Amino acid sequence: MRAPYACHSGEHVTANRRRFLGSMGNMLAGGGAMAAGLGSFTRGAVATDLKARDMRIVVLNLYGGLSQLESWDPKPGTASGGPTRAIPTSVPGIHISELLPHTAQQMHHLCLLRGVNSSENDHAKGIYQILTGRRKTPAADYPQIGAVAARTLCEESAGLPGHVLVIPGGGGGRGKEAAYLGPKYASIALGGDKPPKNTVKPDIISDAAELRRHEFRRRVNQHFLARQGSAITDAYTFSYEQALQLMERRDVFDVSKEPARDVQRYGDHDFGRQCLLARRLLENGVSFVQVKHSNYDTHNDNFNFHLEQLGEFDQAFACLVEDLAQRGLLEQTLVVVLSEFGRTPKINANYGRDHWSKAWTVVMGGARVVAGAAFGATNADGTEVIDGQVDHGELFHTYLTAVGVDSSQNIVVDGREVPLADPAVGPVWKVIS
Amino acid sequence: MDIREAHIAQQWTYSSPLLACRFAPDGQQLVSSAEDSTLQRWDLSNGEQAVLRGHESWVHAIQFTSPGEQLISGGCDGRLIWWPIADATPQPLRKLDAHAGWIRALDLHPHGQQLVSVGNDLMIRLWDVDTGEKMAEWKGHDKHIYSVAFHPQGDQLLSGDLSGTLKLWDLASKQLVRQFDAQTLHSYKSHGNQPVDFGGIRDLTLLPTAGHLLAGGLHKATNPLGAVHEPLVLRFGLDTGELLHSHHCEGIPQGMVGRLKGLPDGTAMALCSGGSGSFLLFFDHSQEKDVHRFKLPTIARDMDWHAASERVATAHYDRQLRIIPLFAKS
Repeated sequence: MRAPYACHSGEHVTANRRRFLGSMGNMLAGGGAMAAGLGSFTRGAVATDLKARDMRIVVLNLYGGLSQLESWDPKPGTASGGPTRAIPTSVPGIHISELLPHTAQQMHHLCLLRGVNSSENDHAKGIYQILTGRRKTPAADYPQIGAVAARTLCEESAGLPGHVLVIPGGGGGRGKEAAYLGPKYASIALGGDKPPKNTVKPDIISDAAELRRHEFRRRVNQHFLARQGSAITDAYTFSYEQALQLMERRDVFDVSKEPARDVQRYGDHDFGRQCLLARRLLENGVSFVQVKHSNYDTHNDNFNFHLEQLGEFDQAFACLVEDLAQRGLLEQTLVVVLSEFGRTPKINANYGRDHWSKAWTVVMGGARVVAGAAFGATNADGTEVIDGQVDHGELFHTYLTAVGVDSSQNIVVDGREVPLADPAVGPVWKVIS
Repeated sequence: MDIREAHIAQQWTYSSPLLACRFAPDGQQLVSSAEDSTLQRWDLSNGEQAVLRGHESWVHAIQFTSPGEQLISGGCDGRLIWWPIADATPQPLRKLDAHAGWIRALDLHPHGQQLVSVGNDLMIRLWDVDTGEKMAEWKGHDKHIYSVAFHPQGDQLLSGDLSGTLKLWDLASKQLVRQFDAQTLHSYKSHGNQPVDFGGIRDLTLLPTAGHLLAGGLHKATNPLGAVHEPLVLRFGLDTGELLHSHHCEGIPQGMVGRLKGLPDGTAMALCSGGSGSFLLFFDHSQEKDVHRFKLPTIARDMDWHAASERVATAHYDRQLRIIPLFAKS
């Protein structure tokens, strides 16, 4: 969907990102921006309050489909339990898998949502649902939580990108997760623990020449945008300016600046360094960071793979939560651990588990999320949700609500009001404090 | 014995998918383990079973003591349990918290007095079979230890791990004697550029007459998470460390060798399981390809061999225990 700002759309004229933040009181009253229209986006006082709160989101995406039975919802002693035992946590009465001993000690900061039923067993559709809160259809494309966070939580003048994706491999480039919000809110992908590529000015270009180049670019842009600007050209211009600011603050992305002791604490492996980078980015004010950890699609040898992968995840994740709490950042930072779905309670012949979206777990913590809780439950063998069922749409509302964004509001895109989240559902209020 | 006459003579059903199996020394009984974390003692004359309860997790490692009066099991709960296996309803005689994490393999010293255990805590531990006392321990590997075996002469020990590292230890000094390069059995790759360790030395066995050491597992793991890999058995000269053969198994695109046994005539027997089904594969030193294969009806998770009665036992995912004589039907 193209957003022709030059046509004087409502968004371009009347609102900036901060203005789209709705009021908490409005949500609690059951009303919202959708009913109130554009006027609700212009409450400056609320926006100022939320700006002061400086909220952030970090998502740990265990892609492939983490087994809930080897992690958050173990079923020892049942036909579906496998060899994994349950261990107590820092919250009396809450037990999780023995593969997460470090995380167990941070449970008082976390909230398990054990009743997730997302009804989608396809990888691409499953992760789309969990990150956008909507079903994937050919008719529409919706922005992911990272893009929405970049728009609603990040100041354009922040000097750092609002939507960062930390992925294995090379990184580089921008994603396409912003949909109709426009490319300005798409992710910047960092490969592993490295700063973005091409962020050092070549020596052969002098400072004076660099200055002249950008002055010329700005002049030409200004001339062009005055006549036919669009969301795409706006994003193009924005990217240049953002890149310049990013080059100034390149050190923020350099995890080697962190103490060696912390590298050891988080684990001397890719995922450990990526979580440490996430901490560094959050501390420096990046609004949204998603860290990916792979190899959870364990149709084969599920238990050995989870031993390996959760061994890495547990140490790094527990350190991240602990550090955010100790540094006073957890109140401002929503932590989410998700996958595209869970895995089958039934163990297959190859010691594997297959895709299972009917009964699995998402973990949240920090921000306004109730700490030290387990919401929802599955039956004895983990095949069905028996209490506190939630779906991807409700989770998406909950992510936003937890960081003080009115998830019931509309935003204006291309002259039309569009719900920020699926208007058919709302947040899981029981996990919001 | 004639491997080409292999046939299923008996099969019995348990209530849960089976994991492992071992013949008693006299061949009259067999003990298996299952996904319900129990062990089962089977009377092979009539299929009568007794259930042994004591572990809090799965059991992959089972070892009879030398006269066969006791059974020692090693679980994913890190425990060793001694059982009076002849009792009508065996109850644990002794429980030891032996390892932090899974126990992967056990073996009994040829003289019968020592048990060796290995597991995910990277430790090799020796135990007094009679008292349960720990006699020695040392860190053997940097990755999970999957397999272990005493040398038949009793003065050396072999251990193999997830990374394809295969070590020969001197038992008296606990010093490394030789390391074999079995890295072909290890893969370190996956989707999305985030590698993960996979494979490893799933089992090893010695063929003492030939002086050969065999290590089994998988290779060509193009999609480890989806079980796309091929079975492989490596044959080494025990005294030289030289790789003599890489025994490939053509036509089994989704398989892994999980158990190896040496037969009296020097043939090696391997249990291969995976998406292509389960097979007993037979190798000799003359060629790299298997010389014979016997297809099992369903996926088997473990196999054992009883030399005196020339029978194979297989423990299956479909909850069946199957007995397969390697001689012609009478």
